[in-house]
Amino acid sequence: MCTYLTEKIAVEGSGKGATGWFTLTDVTVYLDHPQHAPAEHTLNIDFLNPANGPSARVAVELTAESARALVQAIETTLQSAPPGLA
Amino acid sequence: MNEALIADTISFTGHAGDEIEAYLARPLGQDSFGGVVVIHHMPGYDTSTKEITRKFAAHGYAALMPNLYYRDAPGASPDDAAAAVRAKGGVPDERLVGDVAGAAAHLRALDGSNGKVGVIGYCSGGRQSFLAACSTQLDAAVDCYGAFVVGNPPEGMPLKVGPIAHLAPSLSCPLLGLFGAEDKYPSPEQVDELDKILTEAGKEHEFHSYEGAGHAFFSVDRPAYRVEAANDGWQKIWDFYGRLLAG
Repeated sequence: MCTYLTEKIAVEGSGKGATGWFTLTDVTVYLDHPQHAPAEHTLNIDFLNPANGPSARVAVELTAESARALVQAIETTLQSAPPGLA
Repeated sequence: MNEALIADTISFTGHAGDEIEAYLARPLGQDSFGGVVVIHHMPGYDTSTKEITRKFAAHGYAALMPNLYYRDAPGASPDDAAAAVRAKGGVPDERLVGDVAGAAAHLRALDGSNGKVGVIGYCSGGRQSFLAACSTQLDAAVDCYGAFVVGNPPEGMPLKVGPIAHLAPSLSCPLLGLFGAEDKYPSPEQVDELDKILTEAGKEHEFHSYEGAGHAFFSVDRPAYRVEAANDGWQKIWDFYGRLLAG
């Protein structure tokens, strides 16, 4: 099915796309059919700067299991950072 | 059928007089042919839908696939364009109808056209195929697992579309519906409801639901591909268009 479920957040940072580094302003997270990953549904994350057009995009498609592992890895990394760094 | 064809990227006049990009495939060595407007799926104006467009030409039809995301992301790769349009809530219905009507007019004006034009759409394009056939004059329409012809998108979805089954009395041509019995959008219950609505409206239609198949079973490059359903579905399409468009 096409779920169309989407979470949008504003972010600060940079991403590297097809033409090099660019400033990120938005991230969308959604569960839907992937473009490339060999699965029926994936957790998809688009790192974006819509002001620079649709091609200012870094895309990933992860299985649900991989996405949960990524969330855990991010949390673990942030929690183990020395005080004042994150 | 010698399957000879020619295919190219063109521009044509779509909704509101806009010139938009499209992929045109035509049969070679045929004096007369019908036309098919191919509506791409949610992932956009991509390689796999261009392949489908060429398949129609190999079977003797001129086929035109408008890039429905062209205005939103001109020149962007299909996946980037699809992500941008998805985030905006999809293609507006009015614009879709104008683009399909323009594509049909372009096909009818081709040298060799027999004047008959059908439409086919996959995924979100299935709903759009029904919408177009209810909103502009066509000769045959195919809806491949289109969601939200019946039923609203679940709350929280960014898709700005609503149910359109109430348009059934305006359906301008026979409708072929091809569905997966394991699909949730549209569910078998929603397919049955549309079937009932069309019957009550006295509209010619034939629906087929395939056991063991879900959404997107025609997609040869995705795990959703189901070879038996897809092969039988293609045969149903050739029979349907053969009766209504060929010659």
